[in-house]
Parts: sequence; structure tokens; C-alpha cells
Amino acid sequence: MDLVVTDLAVARGGVPVLEGVGFAVAAGEALILRGPNGIGKTTLLRTVAGLQPPLAGRVGLDREAMAYAGHADGIKATLSVRENLIFWADVFATDRVDAALAAFELAALADRLAGNLSAGQKRRLGLARMVVTGRPVWVMDEPTVSLDVDAVAMFAAAVRAHLGQGGMALLATHIDLGLEEARVLDVGQFRARAPAADDFDGAFL
Amino acid sequence: MKALLIRDLRLGTRAGGGFGLGLAFFLIVVVLVPFGVGPETGRLSVIAPGILWLGALLACLLSLDRIFALDWEDGSLDLLATSPLPMEAAVSVKALAHWLTTGLPLVLAAPVLGILLSLPAQGYVPLILSLLLGTPALSVVGTFGAALTVGLKRGGLLLSLLVLPLYVPTLIFGAEAARRGAEGMDNTTPLVMLAGITCGTIALLPFASAAVLRVNLR
Repeated sequence: MDLVVTDLAVARGGVPVLEGVGFAVAAGEALILRGPNGIGKTTLLRTVAGLQPPLAGRVGLDREAMAYAGHADGIKATLSVRENLIFWADVFATDRVDAALAAFELAALADRLAGNLSAGQKRRLGLARMVVTGRPVWVMDEPTVSLDVDAVAMFAAAVRAHLGQGGMALLATHIDLGLEEARVLDVGQFRARAPAADDFDGAFL
Repeated sequence: MKALLIRDLRLGTRAGGGFGLGLAFFLIVVVLVPFGVGPETGRLSVIAPGILWLGALLACLLSLDRIFALDWEDGSLDLLATSPLPMEAAVSVKALAHWLTTGLPLVLAAPVLGILLSLPAQGYVPLILSLLLGTPALSVVGTFGAALTVGLKRGGLLLSLLVLPLYVPTLIFGAEAARRGAEGMDNTTPLVMLAGITCGTIALLPFASAAVLRVNLR
């Protein structure tokens, strides 16, 4: 079971941003997407995650095996750190809350309200959610925003452990994670050239 | 599904969840009515069922935009959409959680407020029964409206404009059932119609809400 993307074209707000995107990620591999702001990394990841339909091409991925993490962490401020993770553990029917707390050194904060955490701690909680899901394919958008150097190393270790269990990761990031084994794909080469398609429905609605 | 229900109930009843907001609004509306129409018991007891129904409906409307807006803002909606939970189930659970934190308290508060409006003694059971049958429809229709307007900045007003016309059938039959009950007449027909509307919305609207939500998440 691999993640295979073939000849994919994606659009944001009706404007094609990337076309002809193709890559494959096999079990135990990580692929890092790079490119300047606005090139369409987020749109590409949302399309891979199935949140929006592709303009053309196909995404070969069993969505039941995928977990997605976007820019926002989906943290509820009035729930404690542990309650936040328990909710996702119940949704994904796993029991990896303690493992996730340990992986991102959140055990000491487990009973604190998530709203009282710092930005970096919230991000760590958001990343811990990925461990909780137990899904083999991680699709993550800018996972290291507001993390300090130690936390980035924590994240790299978590990704490495995930890959070691036969998992896959597709990440969009600007910084060096220290994951030497990960392949890097510059999405700038796929920039869409075609003008916007004549979208009657869009204009009408 | 149980996890989502528990989480939403917990969020609704914790600080900032807006649990008491609808109830307080209901109370204020009902208290204001005698100031507006005069304190004569005879006149109040005639309009009591209608006022109580209208007050409950408006109180319900007040909390609708919270159903999805908070989950949209903090990104949970994207994460829920990519989770194993089907969108239709998530939407239904959200509607149920809304009813449990808003509709049910309104049903329980209505008889107390009925005293303030000197509702006739035989009117209490029909009032509670009609609200119990009708308020789930308000939550389900409201969830559809919330799904339509999710992601819009300050979509609350648009939400009210969209949802209020859809509330008309529920209000007509609900208030009619309560009024007939208060006047001691047979109210089986409006109650049955009300139950039919509620069952119909519960059966059909979650699918529409889920479809709309998927489009809005793009």
C-alpha cells in the first residue's frame, strides 16, 4: 500500500496552481515538499487528504489509512491536554494517548487546560494527535511552525519512529528537520501555466 | 460517535460554551412580554402558548452559529472530515448535542416560565409535549443552516435569515398544538404533524448538511 500521485492538477479559489504533479511514497519513506509561499503546497496536501477534489489526475491513497494535520491544530481550549488526545483516540479507535504524550514530552502538562499552553506546546499537542491516530500515512502541513529546536528534534524522532514501523509521511516544510533519509520534492517545477478554466458555475454562483 | 457527543456536551457545559445563554434569553423574552402587552392575566393566558413557543425558537436560534463555527476556526472540522467518522454521523451527533444543551433545557424551563404568563393548568402537558416533539427539528434544521454558513465571517445574521423561514412549519404546528391544549381542545392532529416534520428533518437533513459541509471545506 503506497501513496502514489499521478499527473495531479490542483486549484485554489478556481485558479489552477499546480499541474502534472507526480510522486510516490513507499512504506518507511518520507517525502518533504518544498517551494516558495503561495506555490500551492497546502492546496496539494488538502487534495491528497481528500478535503478538496483534484482538477485532474488521481491520488492513489487509501484514505482509511491516512491522518491529516493542517495549519490549525484543532485543539479545544477548554479541554485538558489529555482530554483532547482521548477524544481523537476514541474517534480513531486507538489507545495510544500515553505514547503520544511521551513522544512530545507532554506528560507533565497532561492535566493542564489546552487553552493555557504556549504556541509551541499547542503545536506539540497537535503533532501528538498524529501519533494517537495510529494511521500509517501522515499528511502534514507546516508541522514545525512555532516549534523550538528541541521540539523540532522531538518531531523528527517521532517521524523516524513512525517510518520505522512501516509508516509513510508527506510533509510540507521550509526548515531542515534533520531527517537525512527523507526525499525532498520541489513543487515549484509543477507551477500551473494554463489560464483559469472557464468556470460557468463558479461565475454563476 | 459517542466520543464526539461527549466532547461536544463537555465543551457546551464548560466556560464559554454558551450553555446558559439560550435559557437566559428565553427567560428575558418571556419576562418582557407582560411589559409589552400589559399584565392582564386573561390576555396573557391567551397568548402564553404562542409566546413560549416563539421564545424557545428564538433562544434556539441564538446558539446555532456555534455548532460548526468554533470547530471551523480551530481546524477541528478539517480533522473530523479526514477522520474515520462519516460526515453524516458527525453532523447528526452535532445536532443531537445542540438539542441536549439547548433544546432540552428550554423544554424543561418552559413550564416554569408558563407560570409567569399564567398559562392555564391544562396547558402544561400539551406545551411540554409539543416542545419535546418540535425542538429536535429546530436543532436539525439549524445544523443545516450552520453548515451552509460555516466559514463566512459574521455569518450569524445570514444564518438567521436562512433558518427562520425553515422554522415556520414547526412553529405553526407546535404553537397550534400548545394553544389547543391550553384551551382544552383535542390537539392530536397538530402533534402528529409536528412529529412528522421532526422525523422527516432528522431522516433527510443530515445528508444535506454533510454534503454542504464537504463543499464548504474545500
